[in-house]
Amino acid sequence: MSAAVTTPARAASGRTASIVSALRRSGWTLSLLGILAVLVAITKAIQPTFGAAGIQGLAISVMPLALASVAQAIAVISRGIDLSVGSMMALTSVVSASLMEDRGEGFAVAVVIGVLVLGLVLGAINGTLIVVTRVPDIVVTLAMLFVWAGCALLVMETPGGASAQWLRGLTLGPLVNEWIPKAAVVMLLVVAIVWIPIRRSRLGLSMYAIGSDPLAAFRSGVSVGRTKILAYALTGLFSAFGGLSLTATTGIATPVPGPYTLMSVAAVVLGGVSLSGGRGGVFGPIVAVVILSLLRTIMTFLNVNTNLATVVQGGILVGVVMVGSLIQLRRKRG
Amino acid sequence: MTATTTDYLLHARDISKHYGAVVALRSASLAVRPGEVHALMGANGAGKSTLVKILTGAVRPDGGTITVRGKERTAHSPAEARRGGLVSVYQEPALIPDLDILSNLRLTETPIEPFRHWLEELGLPGLDLSAMARTLPLASLRVIDLARALAIEPDVLMLDEMTAALPANLTERVLEVLNGMRGGDKSVIFISHRMTEIGSVCDRATVLREGETVGVVDVDEHSAERIVELMLGEAVDQQEALAERHVVAPEQRKHAPRVSVRGVALHPRLRDVSFDLYEGEVLGVVALEGQGQDELFDVLSGWERPEAGEIYVNGQPVAFRHPADAIRAGLVYVPADRAEALLMQRSVKENIALPFSSRVPRWGWIRKRKEHETVTNSIEKLQIDTRAQGEVRRLSGGNQQKVTIARWVASGVETLLCFDPTRGIDIRTKNQIYVLLRELADSGAAILLYTSELSEIPLVCDRAVVIFGGEVVGEVDARHADEPTLLKAAHNIGTEKEAAEVVTETSTVPVGEEADGEEASQ
Amino acid sequence: MSVAETTPETRPAWFRPAAWANLFRERPIVPLLVILVVLVVLSEVIRPGIVSLNWAGVMVRAAIPLAILAACQTMTMLTGGIDLSVGAVASMTGFVVATLVNGPGLWTGIAVALAAAAVAGLINGIGVGVFRVHPLIMTLGMSLVVLGLANVWQLAMVQTGAGVPDLFRRVGAGMVAGVIPYSLVVFVPVAAWVLVTLNRTGYGRLLYAIGDNPVAARLAGVKAWQVLIVLYVISAVLAGIAGFLYSGLTNVASVTLVDSALLPSVAAAVIGGTSILGGRGGYGGTIIGALILTVISSLLSSLGYPEAVRQILFGSMIVFVAAAYARVTNES
Repeated sequence: MSAAVTTPARAASGRTASIVSALRRSGWTLSLLGILAVLVAITKAIQPTFGAAGIQGLAISVMPLALASVAQAIAVISRGIDLSVGSMMALTSVVSASLMEDRGEGFAVAVVIGVLVLGLVLGAINGTLIVVTRVPDIVVTLAMLFVWAGCALLVMETPGGASAQWLRGLTLGPLVNEWIPKAAVVMLLVVAIVWIPIRRSRLGLSMYAIGSDPLAAFRSGVSVGRTKILAYALTGLFSAFGGLSLTATTGIATPVPGPYTLMSVAAVVLGGVSLSGGRGGVFGPIVAVVILSLLRTIMTFLNVNTNLATVVQGGILVGVVMVGSLIQLRRKRG
Repeated sequence: MTATTTDYLLHARDISKHYGAVVALRSASLAVRPGEVHALMGANGAGKSTLVKILTGAVRPDGGTITVRGKERTAHSPAEARRGGLVSVYQEPALIPDLDILSNLRLTETPIEPFRHWLEELGLPGLDLSAMARTLPLASLRVIDLARALAIEPDVLMLDEMTAALPANLTERVLEVLNGMRGGDKSVIFISHRMTEIGSVCDRATVLREGETVGVVDVDEHSAERIVELMLGEAVDQQEALAERHVVAPEQRKHAPRVSVRGVALHPRLRDVSFDLYEGEVLGVVALEGQGQDELFDVLSGWERPEAGEIYVNGQPVAFRHPADAIRAGLVYVPADRAEALLMQRSVKENIALPFSSRVPRWGWIRKRKEHETVTNSIEKLQIDTRAQGEVRRLSGGNQQKVTIARWVASGVETLLCFDPTRGIDIRTKNQIYVLLRELADSGAAILLYTSELSEIPLVCDRAVVIFGGEVVGEVDARHADEPTLLKAAHNIGTEKEAAEVVTETSTVPVGEEADGEEASQ
Repeated sequence: MSVAETTPETRPAWFRPAAWANLFRERPIVPLLVILVVLVVLSEVIRPGIVSLNWAGVMVRAAIPLAILAACQTMTMLTGGIDLSVGAVASMTGFVVATLVNGPGLWTGIAVALAAAAVAGLINGIGVGVFRVHPLIMTLGMSLVVLGLANVWQLAMVQTGAGVPDLFRRVGAGMVAGVIPYSLVVFVPVAAWVLVTLNRTGYGRLLYAIGDNPVAARLAGVKAWQVLIVLYVISAVLAGIAGFLYSGLTNVASVTLVDSALLPSVAAAVIGGTSILGGRGGYGGTIIGALILTVISSLLSSLGYPEAVRQILFGSMIVFVAAAYARVTNES
C-alpha cells in the first residue's frame, strides 16, 4: 500500500494509474471477451462456412436474453434479484404486438414509447412492494412472476400479434457492412444510451452503494428505499426493451415467459456481477450471453447433442460460481 | 454553566433510546459551544455511540430535544443531518467498499479541492482517488472519511473513536487539525478512550454513565481524575452478593493448568498472548476496547484459527478447526452479543438443547422427557424467567444471556469462555451471573472472563491478565485490585509520569495492518 | 426491564388484534385452515353441488404431488435456502422409470431414478454446504444439468419407447371407491416422516437452527455442511417420489412435465408460513398451502376463468401472505 506516497512522477502518472485500475476493474469482462474471441476462432475453424450470416443469426438470437441479463444485472448490483424479468418481457411483448397489429407504422412509435413506460411502471411496482412490505426481493419477484405472466395471458391467450416493419427492420439485417449485425448495434446503443449516463450519475453510484454496503450508503446520505425502487424500475425498463426485442425479432409475441429469468441470473453471475451486490456491470453479462450462445452453436457444428449443450451451460454456471466462492473463502482465511 | 441555550451551537436534552428491553440511553444531554472541541466520555456501553447516531439522524430517539443554533431540529436521516450541518465520522468508515474514492466523494457531494486540502493536512497527500475503497487499509479509510467530513465544513463534526485505528503520525496530524479548529465558529464532538488526547485537544468533557449524563467537566491538567471518577460512578453495592466468595488457595495451583495459551496471534489485533487457566478459578482479562481480546476469544472458541502460537488443553496440544472441536475439548463460549448466540425465533428449550443435537450420532429421535429434565434443571439453576417460552427474542436481555449460559451448564461445564457476558444487563441479573460464575468455578470449572466493566474484575475474578496492544502486559491479583488501578493497568500506565511516553507507545500499536505502519513512515 | 412480562388484559382474548396476530404467529395452521374452509364454502356457493366426496378426493389427489414437492421447499427454506432443481429432478425420475419399465423392469427403474436424484441432490448439497454457493444458483444450475441429461437420455432411449408404468398410474391417479386417492399410500408415510423429522429429531432442530442463526449454530458446534448435504439429498429424493406421482397422475412421461409445478411448490411453502429467510415454518402449513392452491385452481377453472387469473391470484396471494407474516413476526 503505497498510495500515500506522493512524488511528482507519481502525480504525472496518475492518469495512467487510473487507466490501469480501470482495466483491472473490468478484468472479468476483458477475459470474457478473450474467451469470446477464442470461441469465435474455434467456430471458424470447425465450420469454415460460419460467416456474416452466422454472426447475424447469433446477434438476433442473443438479443432478448442479453437485454434480460442487463435488466437482471441492475437488480443484482443493487443487492436484489428479479425473478419476474421473463414475465415482464412476455407482458411487454404481448402488449406491443397486440397494439401494433393492423396499425400504422407511426402509431407503433407511440406503442414503443408506451411499452417502455409500462416496463418502468412494472419494475417500480416490484420495487415498491419490496420496500414497503419488507418481504425479501426473491419472494416478491417470484410472486410477481405469476402476476405479470397472468397479465400477459389476459392480453393474449395464444401467440399472435404483429410488429411494425420499422421495428423489425431495426433488428434484422446488417448495418453498413455485412459483418456488423444491426441487432447487436441497436442493442448496444440502447444499453449505452440508457445505462452509461445513469451509471455515472448519483443514482448509479447510489445503486452500487446500496448493493455494496447498505449501512455505509445510508450513512453517506443515500435514500436506500428510493434507490431500490428506481433500480427495479430500470430493471423493468430493460425487461421492456427485451420484450420489444422479442416482438421485433420474431414478428409476433408469445404470452408464455421464455427461459429468460433463470438464464439471466446465470448470465449475470457468469458476467462478473456479484450476487451479494455492488460489483460488476451490465456489459459483462452481455458478453456472457454471447459466449453461452456461441458454445451452443459450436456444439451444434460438432454434432454434439444440443441437450448436452444445456448440461454444459449448467455445469459452467455452477463451476464458475463454485470457483468464485472458493476464491472468496480462501481470501477470507488468508 | 451560565450560557443559555442560544449560546450553544448544539444542545441535546434528555435524549432517550431503548432497543427492545435494552436501554441504550436513559437521559443524555450534551451542550456544545461554538469553537470548542468537546469530549464525550463514558465506559463501554455508556451510550456514546448511540447518542452520536441520534445526533446525525442515523437512529431515531424515543424522546428528548435537539437544538442547533437555537432552532429545534430532528434529523430523520444522515442526509438531512448533513444538510443541517451535523456530520459524523463513525467507527466503521462510511465509505462504499466497491466504489473508488472519487465516486464516494460524488456520492456524498463532497467538493474535491477542500477534500484534497484536508487530506494533505491529515497526512495523506497524493492519494490515488481512483483506488477502490475496498483495497485501502483501515487507517487510510478513516482519514479519508475525516477529510471528507471536514471538506463540507459542518457546524458540528462528530468523531467516534477517530484515533483508535491510526498510527502515531496520523493521530498527531488529526489532533493538530482539531486544535486548529478551536476558537472558530465550528465545533467538534470528540469520543476517545485516550485520556492524553482529551487533555491535549478538548475544552470541555461531557461524561455519560449507563445512558445518562453525569457531569460536564472543563478540561485542564487535573480533570482526568475527575472524569474517571464520573465514569466509574459510585461503586454499586455488589460486594455482598459475593461476600463468601471462595479464593483459590495457592497450593491448588500446583495442578497442571486446564488451558495453556502460548504465543497466540491473530490478525488484526492479537499479537502475542500467553497465559495459563487453572481449574477452579475465574481468570479475568483486563483490556480496553480493541486490544486483541476479541481475537483471543475467537481463537479459543474455535471460531478462527490462530496464525501463530499453541493452545494446550490438559497438557495436550489442540488445534481447533471449528467450534465443535473446541466444545469437544471442553471449551465453551458465551459471547457478549446475544444475537450471536441465540436462535431468536426458537423456544428457550430449543436454544438450551441446541448443542445436544449438533453431532451426527445425535441427529435422531429426541427423548423429550430426558431433554425436558436437563433443560428444566438448568433453567432452575439460572433462575430464567420463562414466561415467554415461545420465542427467545421476547425475553429480556438478562434472561437471554442466562439462556446462552444455561446451554452450556446443561451439559456440564469444564472451561467457560465469557466475553463481556453482562453487557447491557440489569444489575440484578448481573449479580446472578456473577454468583453463578463463582459457583461454577468452585465446583471445578475453569473460567476465562473478559468484561468491559472493570468493577466486575475484583468482584468475580481471582486473577486477571492485562492485555494491551495485542500482548499480555501484566497480571494483577484481582481480589485486591481497585478500579483506578485496573483502569491504569488497562491503559498500560503505571504512574502519571509515564503517561507522556505512553502516548507514543499507544499509538504506534498498529491496530490496523502492517501496511498502515509502512504507509505512515513514508 | 423484561418485555416478556405480559400486562394483564381485561378485554376478552378474541377481541384483541394482538391475540389474532399471536395466533397467526404461534399456530399459523389455524388461520390457514380457516382460509381453506372458506374456499370450500365459496366453491359450493358459486357452483352449487360442486362440493362432494369425489370432488374432495380429486382435490387431495391433485394436491398430494404438489405437497411433496413443497416439502422440498419447506425443508430447504427452513435453512434459508431454496431448491429450484426439484422440477427438473421430478420430471427426470418419472421419465427415467417410464423408459426403463419395458426393459430392465419397474423396480430397477425406480432404483435408478432415485439414485440419479440422490446424486443430483448430493452435488447440490456439496455446492451449497462446502463451497457456499448460493442455493438459488446451485440448484438452478443443477436443474439445467438434469434437464440436459434427461434430454440426452430421451434421445438415447427413443427406440425402446416409453410408457408410464401401470403401478404409477394406479397410485397416482386411482381412487378407492371414487373418493380416497391411492396416492395417500405414498403421501401419508412421506408426510409423517417429514413432520417427525422436523419436529421430533435432532436433525430437524438443526435445520431450524441453521436457518434462524447460522452463527449461533456454528458456535454451538453444528457443522452446517453435514446438515446441508443430507438436506439436499433428502430434497432431491422427495422430488423424485413426487415425480413418480406426477407421471402417474397425468399419464405423461416428459422431461419437462413437472416444471410448471416448481413455482407453485415455493408458493405452497410460503403461504403455509415458512419463511424464505429460514428458521420459521413447518410442514403442516405447507400441506394446507398446497390444498389451498389446488382448490383455488379448481374453483377458478370451474368458473371458466382463464389460467391467467389463477396466476395473478397466486402471485398476489404470495405477496400478501408473505407481507402479513413479515408484519406479524416483526412486531415486538
